[in-house]
Amino acid sequence: MDSMNADTAEMREQLIEEVLAAYPDKSRKKRQKHLAVAQPAPADDPAIASKCDGVKSNIKSLPGVMTIRGCAYAGSKGVVWGPVKDMVHISHGPVGCGQYSWSQRRNYYTGTTGVDSFVTMQITTDFQEKDIVFGGDKKLDKVIDEIAELFPLAKGISVQSECPIGLIGDDIEAVSRKKAKEIGKTIVPVRCEGFRGVSQSLGHHIANDSIRDWVLEKEGTATGPQPGPYDINIVGDYNIGGDAWASRRLLEEMGLRVVGNWSGDATLAEMERAPKAKLNLIHCYRSMNYICRYMEEKYGIPWMEYNFFGPSQIAASLRAVAQKFDETIQENAEKVIAKYQPLVDAVLAKYRPRLEGKSVMLYVGGLRPRHVVTAYDDLGMVIAGTGYEFAHADDYKRTGEFIKEGTLIYDDVTGYELEKFVEKIRPDLVGSGIKEKYPVQKMGIPFRQMHSWDYSGPYHGYDGFAIFARDMDLAINNPVWDLFSAPWGEKAA
Amino acid sequence: MPQSAEKVLDHAKLFQEPEYVEMFERKRAEFENAPPAPMVKEIGDWTKSWEYREKNLGREALCINPAKACQPLGAVFAGAGYEGSLSFVHGSQGCVAYYRSHLARHFKEPSSAVSSSMTEDAAVFGGLNNMIDGLANAYALYSPKMIAVSTTCMAEVIGDDLNSFILQAKEKGSVPQDFAVPYAHTPAFVGSHIDGYDNMQKGILETFWKDAKRVPGEGINIIPGFDGFAVGNIRELKRMLALMGVETTILSDVSDVYDTPSDGEFRMYAGGTSLDEVKGALNAKATVSMQEYCSRKTLEFCEEHGQATASFHYPLGVRATDEFLMAMTDLTGTTIPDSLKLERGRLVDALADSQSYLHGKTYAIFGDPDFVYAMARFLLETGGEPRHCLATNGGKAWEKQMRELLASSPFGKDCQVWAGKDLWALRSIMATEPVDLLIGNSHGKYLERDLGTPLIRLAFPIFDRHHHHRFPTWGYQGAINVLVKILDKIFDRLDAESGAPGQDISFDLTR
Repeated sequence: MDSMNADTAEMREQLIEEVLAAYPDKSRKKRQKHLAVAQPAPADDPAIASKCDGVKSNIKSLPGVMTIRGCAYAGSKGVVWGPVKDMVHISHGPVGCGQYSWSQRRNYYTGTTGVDSFVTMQITTDFQEKDIVFGGDKKLDKVIDEIAELFPLAKGISVQSECPIGLIGDDIEAVSRKKAKEIGKTIVPVRCEGFRGVSQSLGHHIANDSIRDWVLEKEGTATGPQPGPYDINIVGDYNIGGDAWASRRLLEEMGLRVVGNWSGDATLAEMERAPKAKLNLIHCYRSMNYICRYMEEKYGIPWMEYNFFGPSQIAASLRAVAQKFDETIQENAEKVIAKYQPLVDAVLAKYRPRLEGKSVMLYVGGLRPRHVVTAYDDLGMVIAGTGYEFAHADDYKRTGEFIKEGTLIYDDVTGYELEKFVEKIRPDLVGSGIKEKYPVQKMGIPFRQMHSWDYSGPYHGYDGFAIFARDMDLAINNPVWDLFSAPWGEKAA
Repeated sequence: MPQSAEKVLDHAKLFQEPEYVEMFERKRAEFENAPPAPMVKEIGDWTKSWEYREKNLGREALCINPAKACQPLGAVFAGAGYEGSLSFVHGSQGCVAYYRSHLARHFKEPSSAVSSSMTEDAAVFGGLNNMIDGLANAYALYSPKMIAVSTTCMAEVIGDDLNSFILQAKEKGSVPQDFAVPYAHTPAFVGSHIDGYDNMQKGILETFWKDAKRVPGEGINIIPGFDGFAVGNIRELKRMLALMGVETTILSDVSDVYDTPSDGEFRMYAGGTSLDEVKGALNAKATVSMQEYCSRKTLEFCEEHGQATASFHYPLGVRATDEFLMAMTDLTGTTIPDSLKLERGRLVDALADSQSYLHGKTYAIFGDPDFVYAMARFLLETGGEPRHCLATNGGKAWEKQMRELLASSPFGKDCQVWAGKDLWALRSIMATEPVDLLIGNSHGKYLERDLGTPLIRLAFPIFDRHHHHRFPTWGYQGAINVLVKILDKIFDRLDAESGAPGQDISFDLTR
């Protein structure tokens, strides 16, 4: 560790202490465990650049602190199930959950909305008081009939439970079984009530389990092309701004056949067919590792993580994926990397000089706080801090592969903490969500939404990297940041 | 290769490149088990038929694309409009993340609120500890001047008692005994965001007026109601009332809350009705609501305290503004200044200048009940013909008021009122009985795409256009803003439809 890093690390330790001072005692002790500075990597572990798993994670948020987290429903309907395009996803309960999450994750898809695809629709049982008092099963029963009648091309239905469902004792599994027989389609009940677990994360897990129990374990449903030697599934890519498409292109170019895309632009058939693939490629480990592990156990399909943010990781990932196949594929991977090298060079030549040395603080969900780090590295940018809304210990361990010691780490950061950290560190860019965007920008610090790509994207793949570089440049180098101070200063006031 | 560093293509153009188009087609053909294109076309056409409309409007349980949100959103919005006030929602935490996102996406502003983060254990044992710790943490970290508590449906289903919880939290020292913690039960399975707004407003007045003796004065309280244009509208309202010399207290003034400057400082609290003003509001002569359906309980509460009350339907347009101003003169004995009369004349002048483009245009309108009423009323003044008026959160009383309004003008005779219906129903309605223009919020863009009817965004939420909320829609000047938005849409459409190359017909330079 050089001396500047040591200073920085010490200053950051001190900053953590300062920020914690605002809390009542009991809460301070709890929050303390979630904030840390990345430590030097142990000498016996060359795979990691720093030790980041010193923080506690996946623990209940404190009441009243302004956690940025969402809930299990958000993890299931919003993340895992919502993008499956040819199914109707019922937000089962009161109107709000479905209303606020309506079309907000930018899961792009092809298809005709309302006819054969349904992602950008808000479909709800709109619970009223009587449904709470007398139970909602009858309503759900009727709602499924009405969906079957109005959307004949829908391939299936999922029932995304909102908080009341688990509290009033409804039996959505029984209703789903009965109705699936009646309408002859897949119906998936999902127990993703918002009060379950501590964040979106349990919702991902529950959604994965429901895919296992209600889709994969169903007999004889997978139809379609004959399995081939190069069949793979892309798992945990939600096609935000078209990410999965920019990824798919590269995999197809190297000769692989992407038989399923989970769950951005996905169809039920692709999910059903998944167990016949040769390899599962997982991008968002946090939200879909469960189903990969299951498929490995049950069908013997290996899975591997990959990272399509930024050219260094894209190339490394393409090579690692190719290693799982024959020489032809390996040669193709090299061809693909070579083909895109001029684009990479041109993007770096244009944008790196404009971004070199700029510092970044990240606070995102369960994957990007580590996965996008090397894309910033490629542009010469430096990560000052990073943290996750809903990571687990294994995510923090993996984070050490990507970030340097001395980086500030914050788990389930509170509004107060993030504001203070940003204020003190004053990075050149913050990447986080819509709730964080405007407070940060008011401070005069450039910001990009890193959940929704700030309505841009894709950011995956080589095509996406060009957009990523452009967006970071336009955020940081826009002239608006120079206009914040009135020229007459304080004197004239 | 479609991408280049010189001209970076993002999603808007990238996916129209042949490499991607071919890939989409291949994916669909090989892997999606998609229905054949003719079948998609057939079903698509069928969804726009009268036959489908009957099934669609006959739905008894299923709700598709509703134009309403849940109570706590309104409570958070109402709570935000007071000085140093922090909204605290008791229940699951994901809800609060949603309210904050929803408001931030509309106003393009910070939206602060906290949750008591209840989980499974709280579902079993109740959320008392979450309230105790939550109030303590929020008070310590965010130094609010008051904390406005509402509830998610989780807390309502398990029956948490806010009053008792807050008292116990105070006893435990979470916040000082005399610290204001108004509260409202806001079950998401009753009513909508406009009821949550009402309940929170009532809760706030209950807290600040409790045990105080009313000394009737001359002041007027005004409740703006839940309004996506609140920033522009509340400022316009204050400006008009200042011109009249009327002393008013805005109850929940969010105009500065959702419009803070960029000067290097993040203001978590900005503006808002001062707590002294809320206390003083008890002595007001009257409380006036700009939106009846956002304030029914609150006005009842004001009446119980001896105040006169009056309510309006989102005063927009000539006569609605006339009525509002005259009601204010009746209440206060002031007169309407010539400057406002001049503004009125300018609005009428604008309407007269453009009447040939407005007369006979047909409209579908959706949104909150008061907004839809206001919009219909203004369109009738322009010679426009509302044909479909829809409020998912409108009930029988609203429907009756709408019918009376429509019966008052020959331009309203062909209009149908759709209380409780959603936007998927409106799709069928507009597909079978088309109109020239659609007025509503951003969710209407799917109707615009499916049916080709141009959408004018005048209601909350507006996510996909920026800054409209900064301009008022109320009053005479607000009506000019609305008028210009409608006319721009009409003229843009006219140009788009007449601009075909190879001819020069109807593409007029002067209109």
